[in-house]
Amino acid sequence: MKYVDEYRSEKTARGLAAAIRSELRAPWVIMEVCGGQTHSIVRYGVDELLPPGVELVHGPGCPVCVTPLETIDRAHAIARRPEVTFCSYGDMLRVPGSRGDLLSAKAAGADVRVVYSPLDALELATRLPERQVVFFAIGFETTAPANAAAIEEAQRRGVENFSALVSHVLVPPAISAILEAADNRVQAFLGPGHVCTVMGTLEYEAIAARFAVPIVVTGFEPVDLLEGLLMTVRMLQAGRNGVEIQYRRAVQREGNPRARELCARVFELCDRKWRGIGQLPQSGLTLAREYRDFDAAHRFEVAHIETQEPADCIAGRVLRGLAKPTDCAAFGKRCTPQSPLGATMVSSEGACAAYYEHRLLPLTQTRSEAEVLR
Amino acid sequence: MSSDDDGAWCPIPGRQYDRVVLGHGGGGLLSDELLRDVFLRAFRGDTLAKLEDSAVLPRLAGRLAFTTDAFVVHPLFFPGGDIGRLAVAGTVNDLAVAGAKPLYLSAAFILEEGLLLTDLERIVESMRSTAQEAGVELVAGDTKVVERGKADGAFVVTTGIGVVPEGRTLSVSAAEEGNAVLVSGTLGDHGVAVLARREGLEFETTLESDCAPLASLVDALLERAPSTRALRDPTRGGLASSLVEIAAASRVSIAIDEAQLPLRPEVRAACELFGLDVLHIANEGKLVAIVPESEADAALAAMHAHPLGRNAARIGKVAAERAGQVTLRTSIGAVRVVTQLSGEQLPRIC
Repeated sequence: MKYVDEYRSEKTARGLAAAIRSELRAPWVIMEVCGGQTHSIVRYGVDELLPPGVELVHGPGCPVCVTPLETIDRAHAIARRPEVTFCSYGDMLRVPGSRGDLLSAKAAGADVRVVYSPLDALELATRLPERQVVFFAIGFETTAPANAAAIEEAQRRGVENFSALVSHVLVPPAISAILEAADNRVQAFLGPGHVCTVMGTLEYEAIAARFAVPIVVTGFEPVDLLEGLLMTVRMLQAGRNGVEIQYRRAVQREGNPRARELCARVFELCDRKWRGIGQLPQSGLTLAREYRDFDAAHRFEVAHIETQEPADCIAGRVLRGLAKPTDCAAFGKRCTPQSPLGATMVSSEGACAAYYEHRLLPLTQTRSEAEVLR
Repeated sequence: MSSDDDGAWCPIPGRQYDRVVLGHGGGGLLSDELLRDVFLRAFRGDTLAKLEDSAVLPRLAGRLAFTTDAFVVHPLFFPGGDIGRLAVAGTVNDLAVAGAKPLYLSAAFILEEGLLLTDLERIVESMRSTAQEAGVELVAGDTKVVERGKADGAFVVTTGIGVVPEGRTLSVSAAEEGNAVLVSGTLGDHGVAVLARREGLEFETTLESDCAPLASLVDALLERAPSTRALRDPTRGGLASSLVEIAAASRVSIAIDEAQLPLRPEVRAACELFGLDVLHIANEGKLVAIVPESEADAALAAMHAHPLGRNAARIGKVAAERAGQVTLRTSIGAVRVVTQLSGEQLPRIC
């Protein structure tokens, strides 16, 4: 398949890995920010090709993983209302709230639908005028423009039975928070290719300058990731900070101005709590005042949300690059994709699920041990 | 559609309803009418026509294979097949991959009030032609009707009996170190063809389901590769489930090569677009064969010569270490583990 196969070529991948190996002069800790990158690294075994001196740690860029529990509980409460048809991206359905997930709400009678686009949810609202159609608008800057477009379109067409539960998060504040932490280990970043396709790289230039780190905006195919890593290692070893773009076929320094304008019209900045990380100032998007009529959080009052996180889930440390999924005592035992304790075990972009689904067990393990782990 | 204006397809005069009504499952005259107009018109075998409470079958020589399966596909009609073809092929294939010659089927229908009788007739006609293709006879059946909203058009349950010829000992636990792993053709066609017709995700494709009865392909394969160890039809859960089951039951590992997987470009594209893993997508007309290396080429040649096996490919081999695990050599030459799908495949957000 054109535009795919050349980025999954074994020959090119091995060539890039060999270049990293021969140029490496010191050990480095590099974080890939985006969950799509984590998924690809584990799915293709990119890290297996790397020399031991390059340690990849997995970042907070899995949107369902960082959606705060309060928001998920609020979503579940709204979804359970009899007048509501609740629309969500597929991988949100299994994310555990304090009491079950959307699939169990659906099994108990809630009208929960998987959609691929917020515009599909809007269409559904026009087809079901007697229902309140609520779209769960989560994600980073990548999904924000499409969600903004749907909300603007709903207002333009006066689709009054449509609303969105908005919980967008922004990448730059999360990177800053990781770098500000006293226990930070990350020395450089593979920047989020799709987020920068929308937003451009200016915000990342500011971070690179402020914290004196290299950031290489990188794509999602194995060859992209290896090339991004090679560029990162070269910057680290040359002591060069700043932003370089590996993902040139999609990313321009100024981003996509129309998408940014659309987001700026429909959303405004807000403080946002990140699951596993905590409250980060000005790290989220919420609906701007003119669009409040379409805010599901305003339309549907939800009384008293009391959240409960499992005590033994280390997802927060995994999301900040401080622990690997396999460092968790519950990993693969009490916490599996069938019964996840934390969101990182749900989405295939979550580091825990990616490890569980695709990581090889050590060769020495016998089958019975393997069964215990799996 | 009314019954009066449809002479060719539905010549029964004076049919009272053009849709299934609750009375069609009531056991009275309407049930009788449905049986004679729809089911007996398609299935003319002597055993069914006797309308006894049980089909009494002739004595069968050999070990019996016996299986049952429930079919609940949505939509009922999809490119390349329908629930009727699926219900016959699915049970025939479960018998065939056990090495059995499929002989008899029963079918139980749970119909939703309001289903168009012409749709039911299409389903039944499709079952008839698929049964004929597979050389099986439908000998028993039952129909129930549930209120509108309590089912999804039609559910079909088929049960099958076959006879395993002397000397065939296929088993999911018989894979051995060094065996070759073959598949009979392109993966994921059924799952993606059905997905493409689901509400909310319709996309334009000419892709058709691979739904087909595999008994004759199995015969051709076993004739040329009689020492074949195990066969599976990778339906729900896809190839990953079949291989994990074989690896676990045989206490071996299976290593497959991503570059060798036969995939149609449309299936690859759909998987890219929706973030799906083709190894988890259902097939309804494919088998995976574990064959001793000495017969692997013969097995492949036998499949290539059969209309249902033209795209057969060798995709990997069986090894001893890492017992119970299935691994995949990725396109960049690294190795990852292949696991069974947990629950349902849920498309990723972006």
